[in-house]
Amino acid sequence: MEVVRSQRRSPASDGVVPTLPLYRSAPQLEVRLEDFELFAIDRLRVLKGISDALSRGKKPDEMETLVRDLWKTIMSHAQASEVMNKDIISHFVLRLVYCRTEELRKWFLSMETTLFRYRFRLESPQVQRALMAEFDLPYKAVSKAEFESVKEKLSQVARSIGQYISNADTIFYKVPFEEVPELVASRRVFILKGHAYVAMNQVVSLIVTQFRSHLSKALVLTNRKWTSTIREREKDRLTPVVEALSTSYLGPDYSQPREFAEISLKDIDQVAKSSFPLCMHHLFEKLREDHHLKHGGRMQLGLFLKGVGLKLDDALAFWKAEFSRKVGAERFDKEYAYSIRHNYGKEGKRTDYTPYSCQKIISSTPGVGDHHGCPFRHFSEENLRAALGKMGVGNRAMEDVIDKVRNKHYQLACTLTFEAVHGSSCDTGINHPNQYFIDSQKILQKNNSMV
Amino acid sequence: MPREESENGRDDMLIDGCEPEQPRGNSVPDGFNTNYLKVYYGKLFPHHDIFKWMSYGNDGKHPACDRSYFGRREFSFTLDNDIYLRFQSFNSASELENSINEKCPVKIDIGPVYNVDPAKRHAYAQAGDNGFAPVERELIFDVDITDYDDVRYCCSGADVCLDCWPLMTVAVKVIDTTLRDDFGFNHVLWVYSGRRGVHCWVCDEKARRLNNEQRAAIADYFHVYKGNENSHKKVSLTGHALHPFLARSYTEVLKGFFEEKLLSSQNLFSNEERFEKILEMIPDESITSELRGKWQESRRSSISKEDINVVRWGQLKQMLQSGKQKGQGLRRCVEEIVFSYAYPRLDMEVSKHMNHLLKAPFCIHPKTGRVCIPIDPNHCEEFDPTTVPTLSKLLGELNMGGVKADGGDEWDKTSLGKSVRYFRSSFLQPLLKSCKEEIESSYSAKLQESKNSLSW
Repeated sequence: MEVVRSQRRSPASDGVVPTLPLYRSAPQLEVRLEDFELFAIDRLRVLKGISDALSRGKKPDEMETLVRDLWKTIMSHAQASEVMNKDIISHFVLRLVYCRTEELRKWFLSMETTLFRYRFRLESPQVQRALMAEFDLPYKAVSKAEFESVKEKLSQVARSIGQYISNADTIFYKVPFEEVPELVASRRVFILKGHAYVAMNQVVSLIVTQFRSHLSKALVLTNRKWTSTIREREKDRLTPVVEALSTSYLGPDYSQPREFAEISLKDIDQVAKSSFPLCMHHLFEKLREDHHLKHGGRMQLGLFLKGVGLKLDDALAFWKAEFSRKVGAERFDKEYAYSIRHNYGKEGKRTDYTPYSCQKIISSTPGVGDHHGCPFRHFSEENLRAALGKMGVGNRAMEDVIDKVRNKHYQLACTLTFEAVHGSSCDTGINHPNQYFIDSQKILQKNNSMV
Repeated sequence: MPREESENGRDDMLIDGCEPEQPRGNSVPDGFNTNYLKVYYGKLFPHHDIFKWMSYGNDGKHPACDRSYFGRREFSFTLDNDIYLRFQSFNSASELENSINEKCPVKIDIGPVYNVDPAKRHAYAQAGDNGFAPVERELIFDVDITDYDDVRYCCSGADVCLDCWPLMTVAVKVIDTTLRDDFGFNHVLWVYSGRRGVHCWVCDEKARRLNNEQRAAIADYFHVYKGNENSHKKVSLTGHALHPFLARSYTEVLKGFFEEKLLSSQNLFSNEERFEKILEMIPDESITSELRGKWQESRRSSISKEDINVVRWGQLKQMLQSGKQKGQGLRRCVEEIVFSYAYPRLDMEVSKHMNHLLKAPFCIHPKTGRVCIPIDPNHCEEFDPTTVPTLSKLLGELNMGGVKADGGDEWDKTSLGKSVRYFRSSFLQPLLKSCKEEIESSYSAKLQESKNSLSW
């Protein structure tokens, strides 16, 4: 092992010292155990901040500011020389923490990649070029003649994303489209016969893809090392720290119902009315109305109900009662019962699936016939107003909620709704539908006991 | 299942109509049953072609062939009594054929190629996280007419007729052109799903090796329609221009289809409820109220011979595109309406993940009895789902053919012949040719490499 980036400095980077490491290999540094944990917690705060901002649908330039500020305030260090070390150490500690399950890896990979992307964007062009050189990308700029032949299309793409290209100084790289999936997904590049034309200012996507694929592979390797040696070897020292870190900041996952251990079928309509967040209440009502929900809706509501404490047998009875009115009991048993048992870890690979968090629900993309997703994000304003009215949200509160929605603060909008419905404040904010449920039940029980 | 029975009844009437001289003794009773299916698998199902396809040239004698390739592919059978057998795998064409003949599945699904034999996956599961994982899979698309229920007035749910089927034709055209021209794929197979939609298999080596993120990127590239049940605007096109791919789809396919066909066949403006749905997509009160006024009045006075849908669409376009309308939002409105009604709606999840199963071509749809036959994208407007060969029709044709000893394939004597021949000549042969070239070139590259290292 060696300190990252000590070797292979390309000539292009002479005189420029990037402050953005690529985390190619773990540092050979002595780390005090407190720092091990403190650095990691700081970095987690940054990643958590990024995750929250993403779930609010922040735009790229807002993200850039946010990442810059988060990084500056949280990741600084009293000694300037230590800043880089803190960066590298914290990254490698969190690799250990987040390598251990597919779900953790996915989250970490996504947040670290986002962090890297915006840090890269904040660097100067010289530093960016130095980093590019370090990645050793094999792409050549598009020749003058070729550029002329596709110029029309390139400028059409640019205009479609609200940009313009000036003829003279625009450099394009021609790369296999697989290398820039995010540019393809958002139709920000012209694609011809399998090649994407990537403008100089989009090169960050190429770099990010490289970074991401490298980190993704590294996480799988780290996981192997963790399970085969590190966990056992460090069981008295690092292992407890690592295991605690992964839960402390992601919040509870509500996979096991806790405080209100069970709800029974006969109470379900009542608690749905009093304590379900709008997203779940809407699904619940649609199910009662149509006796059917499409897959996304079944997952979102089904796992929520599991988290709320609906036992498997009750869940089967609940879904069957509705679905059989539409598709018949026999078809329910054949086609739908399996996936409910699957959600409870009784079929297939027997994973006990966890209820969806707000972030997951907000970032879902409900399509035709779908009722899942976050109402604050996915409803039209008109429908949202109607739904809030039905929940009993008054006029003043309604305007506040709508205002949050317009600014894309969906979870804050949900929090305000919670407060309006319950007539009580919610200081933590709503991060999870099951948290909404639990907080609601707490308030209702307190009110009951006071009466 | 009264409706399905009547559907089959209609098919048979059509057949009778075409071949009035068909002798009674050879007609096969309606419906789908296991005995017919057994005969179908035994005599007509092109086992060998499926094997050749799924081998991608690795069944050859070339030293670079990967002998384990076909055996690592997951097949999955749904049996008559709703037993679902996943992770079936076979080492040869005859193993595959024997198993299908013996088990007689009502449905055969094809999954990915795994890193190890899927039948032995448990043995590898202990090896840690990557013990058992998909390594290759065709890029697949699934378009289903039920996803268009909010824009078709002729049928709903699983039903499909010749008025709404052209929506599928449009989907085939838009997606096929884009896969070839933009993404550079060459080996694209379109298949009728047997009832209400189409499946697409992209089989180029590069497509088979895409990871999930890259698959999702392609699916998103196609994804324009973003509506759900609780918001009005289903398509939102922003920016000063359309992306070249969308612009091409619009001018080459969607616009003409919408104006010349869909408007009248679906009567999109014929009553208030329908035109209100379109007016909802225009974010300008003054325009919508003017149009609404015009149309409510014209209900009484309309004696014009012209199609009312075409007339009203013309008025709407004129209002939105006449020079005096300012603002980006309105300029795009006409396109947005056309995209909302005619642009393909994909089942995104199917395309995004390597391990999604998809029904094999040449299966029989258990509800309709129709064969899932390939569709030629270059002549997709000629495809008519109501005249697709059905199980009972094919068996009737087999009976007609009598007992022949002159060899040759049985399917060749039935109406399935055309489909199998198309599958071979337009899809399988070109595909196997490029597979062979790829195998050879990767082999010589490897040889070159080892030569180089030897000379050191």
